[in-house]
Amino acid sequence: MTVWEVLGTVLLVALKSVVLLVALLVFIAYALLADRKIWAAVQLRRGPNVVGPWGLFQSFADLLKFVLKEPVIPAGANKSLFLLAPLIFATLALAAWAVIPLADGWAIADINVGMTYIFAISSLGVYGVIMGGWASNSKYAFLGALRSAAQMVSYEVSLGFVIITVLMCAGSLNLSQIVRAQDTALGILGWYWLWLFPMFVVFFISALAETNRPPFDLPEAESELVAGYMVEYSSTPYLLFMLGEYVAIVTMCALGTILFLGGWLSPIPFAPFTWVPGLIWFALKASFLFFMIAMVKAMVPRYRYDQLMRLGWKVFLPLSLVMVFVVAFVLKLTGLAPVS
Amino acid sequence: MKLDQVARGLLLKEFVTGFALAMRYFFKPKATINYPFEMGHRGPRFRGEHALRRYPNGEERCIACKLCEAVCPAQAITIEAGPRRNDGTRRTTRYDIDMVKCIYCGMCQEACPVDAIVEGPNFEFSVETREELLYDKAKLLANGDRWEREIARNIAADAPYR
Repeated sequence: MTVWEVLGTVLLVALKSVVLLVALLVFIAYALLADRKIWAAVQLRRGPNVVGPWGLFQSFADLLKFVLKEPVIPAGANKSLFLLAPLIFATLALAAWAVIPLADGWAIADINVGMTYIFAISSLGVYGVIMGGWASNSKYAFLGALRSAAQMVSYEVSLGFVIITVLMCAGSLNLSQIVRAQDTALGILGWYWLWLFPMFVVFFISALAETNRPPFDLPEAESELVAGYMVEYSSTPYLLFMLGEYVAIVTMCALGTILFLGGWLSPIPFAPFTWVPGLIWFALKASFLFFMIAMVKAMVPRYRYDQLMRLGWKVFLPLSLVMVFVVAFVLKLTGLAPVS
Repeated sequence: MKLDQVARGLLLKEFVTGFALAMRYFFKPKATINYPFEMGHRGPRFRGEHALRRYPNGEERCIACKLCEAVCPAQAITIEAGPRRNDGTRRTTRYDIDMVKCIYCGMCQEACPVDAIVEGPNFEFSVETREELLYDKAKLLANGDRWEREIARNIAADAPYR
């Protein structure tokens, strides 16, 4: 390869990344608005409706507000770590999107350890949280960070088993291959959400806990810890934390779409439906999962800390472990195991 | 743990019923009114911004009896009285209400024998400085002229119960 070819590849990847980033951030701006609107609708409120038609520009107004505010850095804080933490959190959350295939072949990096990469990246996100909580030099932030770390680590275990079950069925760590493995004549009935339904439920709930969404938002329980590890943050650093959080949520939606809802595949596998671009199916499925997550926020009360830990370690871990064994046996005995 | 309890947990019974309930609320009409664009209902006894009224011929109603000043629990009203220059009748030369002190109890309008000082239906009189909330007689009379129609209607609606 000449220097020019390398440079061309780098430029192409950079261009793809920028396009994906802009599209993702716009999607998240509207996901955030949808989140607030759904929450409001269930509580018989209207939600933000003043900025732009039906409040469509609310997220951008919020963005401007955060960026233009003065960042306050506490006197006792470790300044460099304090500012580094939200950056790490947001960057890692966004980095996961490098391997997610939005449609057939539409991944920036179609690597064959995509699943492992996402798992590694999302595990690293907890460092941003711990760093932020510790560097703030505030007991509330510190407590919030500890809770958050414990929670994310606990649910990563069962999430790992869920992913292993899917990997056994698909026979590949490549996200595009996982989606292709679900491409059967059965359409929506051939996707893994039906065949691995208990795992889908465990995945959904673990995803909520992993991203600190209600009902597992103990790290930022407003009534006790104000905003958890983010309590000392303001302005752009806060914005980065919040952005990272919503990116993580949308990542989980995308992951759920890929693992269980057949990624870019059409639910009905014949003519008029297969003409629709895969990107649209993908966005629809991810939006559906996001809607479910938003509804959970609106209707489920917050878990207590011990309940959270009990659910993670005493219900989900055994359940997913048993499912791994059951699925492995069934695959082996029926000869359905994919050959690789 | 009983078996049916476990079964319900695994089948997410509570989650499904909760979701159905939430979806029912999702499509219900909203309880919120779109405030700056639509107003909630205000009864005829609503006690909002003060106004000094006039008779239909333009004559001020207030006769400077100072009952409102006396009854005001927050001592927000200050009145000075004197004979009017052209006919010598007793009138106010000064009628100030400190809207910052006022507790909007409505005792001034209860005390008034001629329905001169009233609390109108307006509650959107926020201003940017404290000084603007120290109302003088001219401001109160202007309020009276501006809100006369609503005030008269409210008084008429409430009259049978007085």
